[in-house]
Amino acid sequence: MFEVFAFGSSGWGDEMLMGALMTVLVSASSLLLGILIGILFAACKLSNIFILKITANTYTTIIRGIPELLVIYLLFFGGSGAVMYIAKIFGYDGYIELNAFTIGTIAVGAISGAYSTEVIRGAVNSVHKGQFEAGKTLGLNGYGLYGRVIFPQVARIALPGIGNVWQITLKDTALISVTGLVEIMRQSRIAAGSTHEPFIFYTAAIILYLVITRLSNILFDKAENTYSKGFVSKGAL
Amino acid sequence: MRFELMYDSFFKIIEGIPLTLQVVSISTVLGLALAIIVALMRISGRKSMTIPAYYFVYLIRGTPLLLQLYFVYYGLGQFSLIRESIFWPILKEPYWCGIITLTISTGAYSSEIIRGGILSVSKNFIEASGALGLNKIKTFLLITLPITVRQALPAYGNELILMVKASSLISIITLMEITGIARTIISKTYAPVEIFLVAGSIYLIINFIIVLAVGLAERKLGTVKAN
Repeated sequence: MFEVFAFGSSGWGDEMLMGALMTVLVSASSLLLGILIGILFAACKLSNIFILKITANTYTTIIRGIPELLVIYLLFFGGSGAVMYIAKIFGYDGYIELNAFTIGTIAVGAISGAYSTEVIRGAVNSVHKGQFEAGKTLGLNGYGLYGRVIFPQVARIALPGIGNVWQITLKDTALISVTGLVEIMRQSRIAAGSTHEPFIFYTAAIILYLVITRLSNILFDKAENTYSKGFVSKGAL
Repeated sequence: MRFELMYDSFFKIIEGIPLTLQVVSISTVLGLALAIIVALMRISGRKSMTIPAYYFVYLIRGTPLLLQLYFVYYGLGQFSLIRESIFWPILKEPYWCGIITLTISTGAYSSEIIRGGILSVSKNFIEASGALGLNKIKTFLLITLPITVRQALPAYGNELILMVKASSLISIITLMEITGIARTIISKTYAPVEIFLVAGSIYLIINFIIVLAVGLAERKLGTVKAN
């Protein structure tokens, strides 16, 4: 039963592990893109400028109310077209095709970004007002205030929420297998198709996802402990 | 923007609404029953109950829904034991595979919501009910359950929206609901933006109705004072 997982050309062991690596890579790059989007739109939501607020609210409402699969189809079928359209404005007329990894990262990053926006907005809101006032009193502004005083606190508070976003993002990357990116899901489909052993390969895929979830849980727990040094733990309150 | 195409595809895509709603409502009802059972197992305090319930929830929440769907639809059909069993007429249909997978998935997620709701019921209420001479079953049905329903409602509303979104995955196993039809039209016309706007708006409207309905129910049920 296990010979199908042999390494090298006779089995699917190394291919499945490469698929797992691809899942981790595309999840991590989507999470990073999502955090950048999240910082941007959280700033929009917290600003007093009406048009920015409306834009950010529309974005999060759409992503949270529309199936992820539709967003992925939009970018898969329309992504290259959009890039070429923008390139045309800058005077480039050639054909551009985005690869599956880029499209997947943009699609899952856009979805992940909506969740990160809410997490970051909540974290900024939970920083005490006095911190802003104290910073301003000390003559800090711009980077000094936000980069040195507010950001470290936001990062600490947002970390558990970002951990949840990571789990969602990890699972969402399974959907981009429909666009042809060979990650766990796609790889197990290919292997199941050519060996006629779908049960074994989907079970292997389940185990791979659980292992990645478990390991990342441990990492996030460690990070949370590191960043909350010097703070009273929840249990002590 | 090709507005004529959007107009035409709107009437094609709305034909998928009944299937989406059907699958969502059947699996929500079945999933709720499953969730109550799992939640009661989790809080029973007996190891033989809590451990299987814990790992069930862990397994479902730790893996993508698409993988669960493939597992049920392709994985189970591999065994002749299953193919010859009485379940085969059900398991060979993508429709029922979709419902089974969505039921299991929402069962796991909702069990956590229900568990949280039950645990949020103040001990004082239970003690007061005991003092009034109500037995365990009556206490659960008359005190714990109504409060749990009210406490769990906002989170359960979110779960309903997630279910509507999750139901789009059954289009991958050939079922022609909203997303399935939208995808077919996109690959025929190559107009992803227009079709996305049409199908997306339909989903937003469905979810908006759910938000309104849950909000109405929340107001109707009033609020529970802590302690």
